[in-house]
Amino acid sequence: MPPADAKIKELKEKARLIRETVIRMLTTAGSGHTAGSLGMADIFAAFYFHILKHDPKNPEWEERDRLILSNGHICPALYAAMAHSGYFPVEECLTLCKFGSRLQGHPERLRLPGIETTSGPLGEGLSQAAGMALALRMGICRTLGVEHACQTPSVRHEKRIYCVMSDGEQDEGNTWEAVMFAGKNKLSNLTAIIDRNGIQIDGMTEEVMPLEPLADKYRAFNWNVLEVDGNDISAFVVAVDEAKASEKPTLIIAHTIPGKGVQEIENDYHWHGKVPTKEECERFIKYLNI
Amino acid sequence: MINPDAKLNAKVFADDIEKTPVRNGFGTGIVEAGKADPRVVVLCADLAESTRAESFKKIFPERFIEMGVAEQNMATVAAGMAAAGKIPFITSYAVFSPGRNYEQIRTTIALNKMSVKICGMHAGVSVGADGATHQMLEDIGMMRTLPGMAVIVPCDAEEARKAVIVAAKTDGPVYIRFGRSATPVFTTSETPFQIGKSLTLWDSNPSAGGPKVAILSTGSLSYAALAAANELSKNGVESIVLHISTIKPLDEEAVLNAAKRAGRIVTVEEHQVAGGFGSAIAEFLSETYPVPIKRIGVLDQFGQSGSPEELLAHYGLDALHIADTIRAFVLI
Repeated sequence: MPPADAKIKELKEKARLIRETVIRMLTTAGSGHTAGSLGMADIFAAFYFHILKHDPKNPEWEERDRLILSNGHICPALYAAMAHSGYFPVEECLTLCKFGSRLQGHPERLRLPGIETTSGPLGEGLSQAAGMALALRMGICRTLGVEHACQTPSVRHEKRIYCVMSDGEQDEGNTWEAVMFAGKNKLSNLTAIIDRNGIQIDGMTEEVMPLEPLADKYRAFNWNVLEVDGNDISAFVVAVDEAKASEKPTLIIAHTIPGKGVQEIENDYHWHGKVPTKEECERFIKYLNI
Repeated sequence: MINPDAKLNAKVFADDIEKTPVRNGFGTGIVEAGKADPRVVVLCADLAESTRAESFKKIFPERFIEMGVAEQNMATVAAGMAAAGKIPFITSYAVFSPGRNYEQIRTTIALNKMSVKICGMHAGVSVGADGATHQMLEDIGMMRTLPGMAVIVPCDAEEARKAVIVAAKTDGPVYIRFGRSATPVFTTSETPFQIGKSLTLWDSNPSAGGPKVAILSTGSLSYAALAAANELSKNGVESIVLHISTIKPLDEEAVLNAAKRAGRIVTVEEHQVAGGFGSAIAEFLSETYPVPIKRIGVLDQFGQSGSPEELLAHYGLDALHIADTIRAFVLI
């Protein structure tokens, strides 16, 4: 079921807030990744204000869903979503990359409560998400008189694991080892999202290292695959719901527009690792067209 | 003379002392650790028999996770499992783990301070027939430079058993290094073992004056070091032998004390002399109590095929060569 119109309107406003914060953070930091952070603002709004079962005041809550950001370089969007949902004060976002800040240039688990794992080096998030999914699925069995965890799920686990990846990091061998592992173990409590924005540092993904047919590749590895417009919050929420019914791990290929919301930089791969100047910052925010 | 407090095997210098691969201690220790704590899980990269992980698999099949030949995934899945409350032991040959998956260990295990226990088997030239590709000689250096990583190199199967049990009870990341070939089991269940504590195997005979040299060794070569000390003693060269199973955190007090007593240090390891155990000792003593140091280990070379005995002799790592090197060093 798609969320009600009022909910969608609220989530769109959250996404706009995330974008505005992302632009200010990156401008102040003078370093970071703009295109991917803006492109994923809708999905982070959907997660932090609708999908995730979480408690910003109790980040270690045992019953929480976990969101693992594998491509740590788009952390400004994650930080902004966390701040706006109450994990820490929004003003703290402007400390991004500064000495002593909890908001490291790439996210670190031990520095900021609510960060599920340290990331930045690519291709490692899906494995960790799969490890969490497997561990949380393990029940308690009794062998030789001692209690121990077992891999046989007694009930479908309610806690879900989400892993956000980039398309560029599909180049990493470690990613495919994880894809194989999750397929083998039928990790149905795992949903991965690929930000399919088509760009990476050196250019377009299909020129740097072609990924297509990406959906077929995951299906061949025993995954359930869905494709959506990643900037359509309603469609994304429906896909996340649909994933819960699958007995396989699910991949949502989210087609996003890099730089989404700032028309003059949309789809320009030069903005992968570039940040706005002060003038651009004000202009971008003024004309945020979402 | 042998330190009685070490409670060594009574047959320590006998020809018929039992010989067992150090990795067998993983097989026995991990079953005990698994019985003691339901959170212990074992991840295996298609080497269940040779790492001895199969002994855990037989008893706790639900907690045995077969990863296939994928060491990078093994390290990162383990990090995720630890984040969700498990105590994962990851097992493979040391060349592959921590060799191949070093960056995964650095980022997802060490930087996250995850309680993952990295068990590197088939370390050193004594792997034998498989040759240089499978003889890991750089792992101690790789692991001891990672912040927060404990590094343990047991001297025999019995100490390896204890190390595995203690590692499961220790918070945070731990690297344990195991050898492949059969080596003397010269410690006993009574021999003390504690992370961060060294073990005095041999001390100079008080009636023969003070020690001329302190031999600091790690891993199964501690047996060769002990045998060398016994030989040297017969030639009037008195020594101390300290087996240092935990390279990090280092038993600094014992190392300093040995340096002060003997004034001359020899280190022994089945690893490159660059970056390994001897380097750790040299780094510490050069800043605290500089004394002449001779590092015995592999000298900037790769290994090769051969029998373990041939290879240890070729690289100067058997008792005979160790004794010769020490003799020449104390005469300087």
